[in-house]
Amino acid sequence: MRRSFQQKLSAWYRGKYDFTLKTADPLQARWKHEYTGKEHKIREMERRELAFSGVLYNILCVLFCLIFIGVLLIAVAFLPAHGSPDNPAVNEVMERYVEEGMDETGAVNTVAGMILDYRAFDTLGESFVLFTAVCAVTILMKNTKKRAPDGTPVPMAVKPGIVEYSKDNIVKTVSRFLIPFIFVFGVYVLLNGHLSPGGGFSGGAILGGALILYAMVYGEDRAAAVFSERLIKTVVLSSLSFYALAKSYSFFTGANHLPSIISTGTPGRILSAGLILPLNVAVGFVVCCTMYSFYMYFRRGRIQ
Amino acid sequence: MLRDLFASGFIHNFPLFAIILCLLCAVVSFVLQARGARRITYMLLSACMALNGSVLLHNLITGASFTYSMGHFPAPWGNEIAAGLLEPFFALLFGVVMLCSITAGKNRIATDVRLDKQHFYYILVDLAQVAMFALCYTNDIFTGYVFIEICTLASCGLLMIRDAGKPLVAATRYMIFNLIGSGMFLMGITMLYGVTGHLLFPQLQQAVAASWSSGAYHGVMIVSIGLTVSGLAIKSGLFPFHFWMPDTYGTATPASSGILSGVISKGYIFLLIKIIYRVYGHSVFMETGMQNILFLFGIAGMIVGSISAIRAGTITKMTAFSSAAQIGYIFMGIGMGTKEAMVAVFFHICAHAITKPVLFLSGGALIDASGGGRDFTSLRGAAHRNPAAGLAFLCGSLSMIGFPIFTGFISKLYFALSAFAFPHKSMVVLLTLAVSTILNVIYFMYVSVILYTGRPDPERRIGIGRQKAFFAAVFLLILVNVAIGLHSQPLTFLFESGLQLFLQS
Repeated sequence: MRRSFQQKLSAWYRGKYDFTLKTADPLQARWKHEYTGKEHKIREMERRELAFSGVLYNILCVLFCLIFIGVLLIAVAFLPAHGSPDNPAVNEVMERYVEEGMDETGAVNTVAGMILDYRAFDTLGESFVLFTAVCAVTILMKNTKKRAPDGTPVPMAVKPGIVEYSKDNIVKTVSRFLIPFIFVFGVYVLLNGHLSPGGGFSGGAILGGALILYAMVYGEDRAAAVFSERLIKTVVLSSLSFYALAKSYSFFTGANHLPSIISTGTPGRILSAGLILPLNVAVGFVVCCTMYSFYMYFRRGRIQ
Repeated sequence: MLRDLFASGFIHNFPLFAIILCLLCAVVSFVLQARGARRITYMLLSACMALNGSVLLHNLITGASFTYSMGHFPAPWGNEIAAGLLEPFFALLFGVVMLCSITAGKNRIATDVRLDKQHFYYILVDLAQVAMFALCYTNDIFTGYVFIEICTLASCGLLMIRDAGKPLVAATRYMIFNLIGSGMFLMGITMLYGVTGHLLFPQLQQAVAASWSSGAYHGVMIVSIGLTVSGLAIKSGLFPFHFWMPDTYGTATPASSGILSGVISKGYIFLLIKIIYRVYGHSVFMETGMQNILFLFGIAGMIVGSISAIRAGTITKMTAFSSAAQIGYIFMGIGMGTKEAMVAVFFHICAHAITKPVLFLSGGALIDASGGGRDFTSLRGAAHRNPAAGLAFLCGSLSMIGFPIFTGFISKLYFALSAFAFPHKSMVVLLTLAVSTILNVIYFMYVSVILYTGRPDPERRIGIGRQKAFFAAVFLLILVNVAIGLHSQPLTFLFESGLQLFLQS
């Protein structure tokens, strides 16, 4: 039955017809073909069209990627030579970082001085990127659905094929000796970040790695008993608030040209470089908690 | 006392206070329950409104912009933020829209999100808020990138927090598009750093101008501009990169759709405008010819977005495709590139930011009133069942169409007026505006007629008493919309002088 546009319009106004349905709803579209008696033919046509557009899509994708790669490679080839003295990046900015960085920030490690003092706002943002990632992963991976009748979470079943490191004697024995050293090395990298290469991000990653190894070898339940969700929340809360408050004090005094109580100390000493050492520790804690909670959420959907 | 406060320059600290306050509130909400986190977010958004409002007032009185160094080290070495007129204005606008979105969508958040994850919703709102402030105020291109990352992660979280399968798929698609955009932006600024050696806007602009006029690194500069612009265009959903929009906005909880379409995509566009004017410099940008590409894609987006909206089968998808069309308008204006066109662009950002959340939120309420059906058959007569939401949707539609007394009319009027400055583009702009407006009328009026036809059913009627927060928030946005639509002169002045400050610095 074909209806004129005017009939359709009046039917639509009375709520008997929908203009959008035939294009939007494939079920409706199929229904429409059925009573024209050409269903099979139309389906075959649709299938061919789909296959053709699939091939076209793949060809265009590859072509586009190749062109994009080519443009990027050509652009990179025209970039100034790395390390040459007439490189535009060799300017007053870099000069001051390298030549006066140690006196101005108190950090022997110039990179630590740059990221935690000269450009501390960016690093504040970066540590909140980690925090945002923790929130997003918790939303996605926290397993709140499986609960026993009494409300306690049901442990996820271990799928066959997953290696149980706690049953492997070699891994267990080696880890027992190794974990304390990894911890100490992580703490060293963390605390020495303003004096030698290292700092919050790398030290925190090492500490987080040690925690993950501990959880793998000694079982997640034992790890969860030591590093509870509550502890992780407290550590993240105190590190990030300390970071934000300490740095905003330094931003505020710096921008208003007020005297600051933070002194750079003697470069080379462990207690020097003003805020850089405590900030490294705070960043390290955040990174460590982030890595550990990622592992726990991906492994079993909860920290507790 | 107030005068002393204004004169002392203490207000220069307010952007920093707003940013730090957001960060602290987000961290504190991490250990709270849903209720506490929600209250903190309300207080935070209101406080930030006051802070940004004072900065705007201060800059209006002094008539100048200021920079604020983040730390003890001056500009080329340390981070810096800057505030003229446009920065605090858009920070204020984004804050108001966010507050209205979460107030109006409060009940849906409570049903869509599991109770033990609800506090994360408010943490993510706080983080999205800080990212928006930082994108508005930043004077450093790398700070911009860092907060783009926060923004991307927070908006993915806001999408997938709804406890269902489809939002997860939509969030994955959104994430892929957004990460491509972030990656291109990062590559663009890396190349730019390679040929200039600076990261702060004023120094970058000098270095770019010097390098461009010397003729060295032309190719690298064009590739860098292309990557930065297309990265931000992908993130804000310019045609043909708008395909993540319908699923994303269609399946998320209405408050998230409102925040994402009204605030977050506009934040990227504002950063793009800032980069065009304050990093590359307007003349260099025009010489690369990039504006013509944006113009073409903008025009195509206006038409294709509207046609897709007509073909969409559900109210949320239709509203989402209409966003794609509106983003097209904005990029068309950026592509025209004159001062008048930029004023129209700012008006359109403003109009879309205050209208789209109204459409998503009232659309969500209408769907609820129709028993959860999103298609137009179930929605028939929904405005009789929920009159407040129906009226809000109608007002929002009229503003999107460009009906006089609404802000949408002002932006279209300015677009049309600015088109006359181009001998060869003016016909194209005028024609596209006309066609696009007719298409807008077709789909928005189609829905409005559907909403208002059908039999009233007094038993299923939802009065205002049961949705006071929704009513207050949505009608505040409509009131602002009408107020700007009736008195656009103050904003025109603000946008013109704000743009002048961009060009001066």
